[in-house]
Amino acid sequence: MSLTSMMRSAGLALLCLAAISCKKDADPQTSGTGNVNFEFEHRVGTQALQMNTQTYTNANGDDFKVTGFKYYVSNVTLVKTDGSKTKIPESYLLIDAADAASRLQKLEKIPAGDYTSVEFVIGVDEPRNFAGAQTGALDPSKGMFWTWNTGYIFLKFEGTSSKSTQPSNQLFFHVGGAKEPANAVRSVSLALPVALRVRTDTEPDMHFIVDIAALFKGKTNISFASISGFHGGANGILVADNYVNGLFKVDHIHN
Amino acid sequence: MKRLFVLFSLLACWLTLAIGCKKNDSEPQTELRFVVPSNFPEAVYKFENNTVGQAGFELGRHLFFEDALSIDNSVNCGTCHQQFAAFANLDHSVSHGVNDCFGTRNAPPLFNLAWQKEFMWDGGVNHIEVSGLNALVDPCEMANSLDNITSTLSKKQPYPDLFKKAFGTPEINSQRIFRALTQFTAMMVSATSKYDKHIRKEVGGEFTAAEQAGYILFRDKCSKCHSEPLFTDLSYRSNGLDQDPKENGREKISRQASDQGKFKVPSLRNVELTRPYMHDGRFFSLEDVLEHYNSGVMDHINLDPELKKDPVRGIALSKTEQQQIISFLKTLTDNEFIRDKRFAEL
Repeated sequence: MSLTSMMRSAGLALLCLAAISCKKDADPQTSGTGNVNFEFEHRVGTQALQMNTQTYTNANGDDFKVTGFKYYVSNVTLVKTDGSKTKIPESYLLIDAADAASRLQKLEKIPAGDYTSVEFVIGVDEPRNFAGAQTGALDPSKGMFWTWNTGYIFLKFEGTSSKSTQPSNQLFFHVGGAKEPANAVRSVSLALPVALRVRTDTEPDMHFIVDIAALFKGKTNISFASISGFHGGANGILVADNYVNGLFKVDHIHN
Repeated sequence: MKRLFVLFSLLACWLTLAIGCKKNDSEPQTELRFVVPSNFPEAVYKFENNTVGQAGFELGRHLFFEDALSIDNSVNCGTCHQQFAAFANLDHSVSHGVNDCFGTRNAPPLFNLAWQKEFMWDGGVNHIEVSGLNALVDPCEMANSLDNITSTLSKKQPYPDLFKKAFGTPEINSQRIFRALTQFTAMMVSATSKYDKHIRKEVGGEFTAAEQAGYILFRDKCSKCHSEPLFTDLSYRSNGLDQDPKENGREKISRQASDQGKFKVPSLRNVELTRPYMHDGRFFSLEDVLEHYNSGVMDHINLDPELKKDPVRGIALSKTEQQQIISFLKTLTDNEFIRDKRFAEL
């Protein structure tokens, strides 16, 4: 076989391949799967989060700084206009405001389609708190697991405030627990500003704004003089009932 | 042609053998059987996603007796859980961890863990697979971190090989560590005591007159909480140790005032071997324990109703009755379990 005929054959084969893949992509809106990136941007009210240095004020008028902010987003479900839901299996995302890589989370193999809202659990669903040794984002080595009262810390806020009664004016808000009467599992459903178009050939971004100020206001305005540190329990419920409204917002989507 | 055929046959044979060997290598490990004794209820732990096998069990055994799990290589799980004491810590009221640090509670014996729904004296741990976690990281126990443990084991033979045998790849993570440890500890079944043989009408199960008298007394006076066949109903109760307990016990977990001062009812299996007794190891003999129920029960706010039924608090027991109950309790000693070589230190 001469070089030219070889190239000709190769060209033909390529054409064939292209034709096949074209055919496969005929309706990219409804066939195949694609990836979506969740991007988490942290703010306090309208101000960008600057950890350790910037002083903020909560709704109660108390000053505070943020030294740590970590939380789980899990059981992510995307909803289409017709109300049909796609639950993304094993979606357990651990976001650490201090770790840039964790602020961008890729969700894979999502059925192609146009989605108009997103639902998820803030924290870790009840069953997984009672399911034994886990791995990945749920590995207890991530520091989001209580060893003495086993179960996940759903959200961990740490900081300082001149109002705090703790040693060194510390603030530690460790929200978690999936057992009554202190079950802090909360779910949110967020409408998307425009439809999220999941396709086989693109990778859209869903950009979340995460407002830490939402922990301290809403149902109960938190005074750091009275609540400055806890590991789960009733205070965690107060904070979870606050943040379920307002912690997350989908700001925009890059399709 | 014939020679060629022979050659081919040989080659085919060799190939089959080779493939066969290779296949054996990657086949799942031999399964060990977890057997529910005929006088026991169904187990709570179902080995879900963690089928017990010889390699996983052996890895768990290595880990259980591995000093490198502690931050300074000074202690392992077996330090506070000794086989001759039914995996309790003989003569230690509370456990002795790294840096000469003493904990606050008496190390519980380890057996029949697959039947427990919650672990520790306050029931704070909700699953057998994470029951070893606190001991690994508590500053007063092994004071280590999971990241440090996984990286240490990754560099320490024979662990990469053992993990590969147990899980298919040499990767080490905390889930694999906990699952292997669980394969080892969940297999610790104590059900071959004289009592068990008595119940199952097996050879060696004949009670003496004192044991039989003790059994009748036990069923009448103790079995409400220490119910057969596990010899605990797994509930949390106050047995009136103190009027004003130093520790909140179950309340720390449930956050209910009605649980203040309550601790889990311990199993009485192997109780002859597991002294000292109570959550803080305050009693060093069974005689002391029974005398507590007879005359020492304090009027704690959450004192168990079972201990308030009689005009005098506690459970009235004459010295003879106490001795008979102790005779019966000794029939719960499982000598086959404490000598079982599968659980012996490596």
